[in-house]
Amino acid sequence: MSATTGDTLAPLRREWIRHTPAERLVRWAMFLAVVASVVWAVRTIDIIPEFLADAPEQMADLLVRMWPPDLAYYPRTVHAALIETLHIATLGTVFGFVMAIPLALLAARNICRVPALNALAQVGLVASRSVNSLVWALIFVAVFGPGAAAGVFAIAFRSIGFVGKLLAEALEEMNPGPREALRAAGAPWGAEMLKAVWPQIRPAFWGVALFRWDINVRESAVLGLVGAGGIGVVLEDAINFFQWDQVATILLAILAVVLIAEIVVTRVRARLL
Amino acid sequence: MSDAALPSPRRAPFAPDWAMRILGVLLIAYLIYASTQLDLGLGRFITGLGEGGRFLARMFPPNFERWELLLEGMLESIQIAVLATVLGIILSLPLGLMAARNLAPWWVSGPVRGFIAVCRSLHYVIVAILFVKALGFGALAGVAALTVASIGFVSKLFAEAVEEISMKQVEAVRSTGASGMAVLLLGVLPQVASRFVGFGLYQLDSNLRNSTLVGVVGAGGIGGTLFAAFKRFDYDFVSAILISIIALILLAELVSGRIRAAMR
Repeated sequence: MSATTGDTLAPLRREWIRHTPAERLVRWAMFLAVVASVVWAVRTIDIIPEFLADAPEQMADLLVRMWPPDLAYYPRTVHAALIETLHIATLGTVFGFVMAIPLALLAARNICRVPALNALAQVGLVASRSVNSLVWALIFVAVFGPGAAAGVFAIAFRSIGFVGKLLAEALEEMNPGPREALRAAGAPWGAEMLKAVWPQIRPAFWGVALFRWDINVRESAVLGLVGAGGIGVVLEDAINFFQWDQVATILLAILAVVLIAEIVVTRVRARLL
Repeated sequence: MSDAALPSPRRAPFAPDWAMRILGVLLIAYLIYASTQLDLGLGRFITGLGEGGRFLARMFPPNFERWELLLEGMLESIQIAVLATVLGIILSLPLGLMAARNLAPWWVSGPVRGFIAVCRSLHYVIVAILFVKALGFGALAGVAALTVASIGFVSKLFAEAVEEISMKQVEAVRSTGASGMAVLLLGVLPQVASRFVGFGLYQLDSNLRNSTLVGVVGAGGIGGTLFAAFKRFDYDFVSAILISIIALILLAELVSGRIRAAMR
């Protein structure tokens, strides 16, 4: 008995280590890669030392010029531009949803049974997501000319990928039971979508809508920098004329709208979901 | 027995959803109102479609002749993203700990939370404009702007992760008489380290996307080249730049997915 105890306990005495040697090698390689890339970036990045040296001075100068903010400027120009920004964000979100819903239905493998169409829809969603909203704005300014129309389309096309991906995921996760029941009762496709699919993805739908609207309010504030309407146009003008007290007013307005949008979204979400 | 006799209100199996219908009508009314406010008409849309066709025709085929300019811009964008992520993570570590309400007293966590919220609320392009004024044109302004954005994102998530840790281990380390630093290093950080790596990777991904854009306002990277090409109507070079940016982003997504899988 006692002679065999040593043998049975032997496997328990071996030293336990958290990672296999291969795992540790991978971790070390990654660590090295991180350090190497940082060193490469620091050594080769094009930084002008004179600019770095007088940065604190310039920063202080900027703040002095910004204070006090020119609040009289708000009712004259900023307010209308701010409302335009909100319209761009909301219209862009709605149009984005109008275009994203068919794509999401095509991309969800349990709704559309054709693999080629699934893949095609996924490519569309990825393409929309990988182009930044500012680049979309540049493209649509070239198409529609400067103005709010370009901004609405930029926001809409940027939203498609995000909304479509999340909706397609929600669709794929839903319970097939209700759909099968309706189909067994002979319901047409439209009724199946409306009465079996829609009630199941409604919470996800509203969550995504609120989330995307919040992001779009932020993004639509800068679209004007490339001429796509909204408060960014006013900001660009004020910066080009070096009216830093007006810039401060505009920045405060943007900050306030973004914070209010976030609070509204949090409140509505708590009420709704 | 009498339960069965009670008149139960008949529930229609597929009742019309009045709240949804009213919401739909309101939405359509708003769409019409906002479209007229923004001067969005069908005529304009149709002209736009024609212009869009011409635009696409001029974008094709993409022109990679000036690939040196393209490569230089892309490399600078990657440098901006790497440096901004590293700086942002280094600064987020103390800020996140100070913003966690279970570790820091309220008079520390309150102001720090406010600072993080401001960092997050301002769009990185706006921050980049301010830094271009303060630091001059070039990559430095881009690094600074994206560092601010990284702080806003990483330290918020890090603070939330720290607030979710189990306090038992912290108390155990503290009860041995360990100093404050030792409590942080041995009680707090091991619980959140793996999530922190995840935030860092995610932020590198998003900085890579954003660093291709800050050049539009003069803060270095490929964005400046892109904006200049747009202004000169060099649409075939624009499409070459856009293809390169999309390729870079997809590659980064692939690599970071792999790294995340390996670190798990």
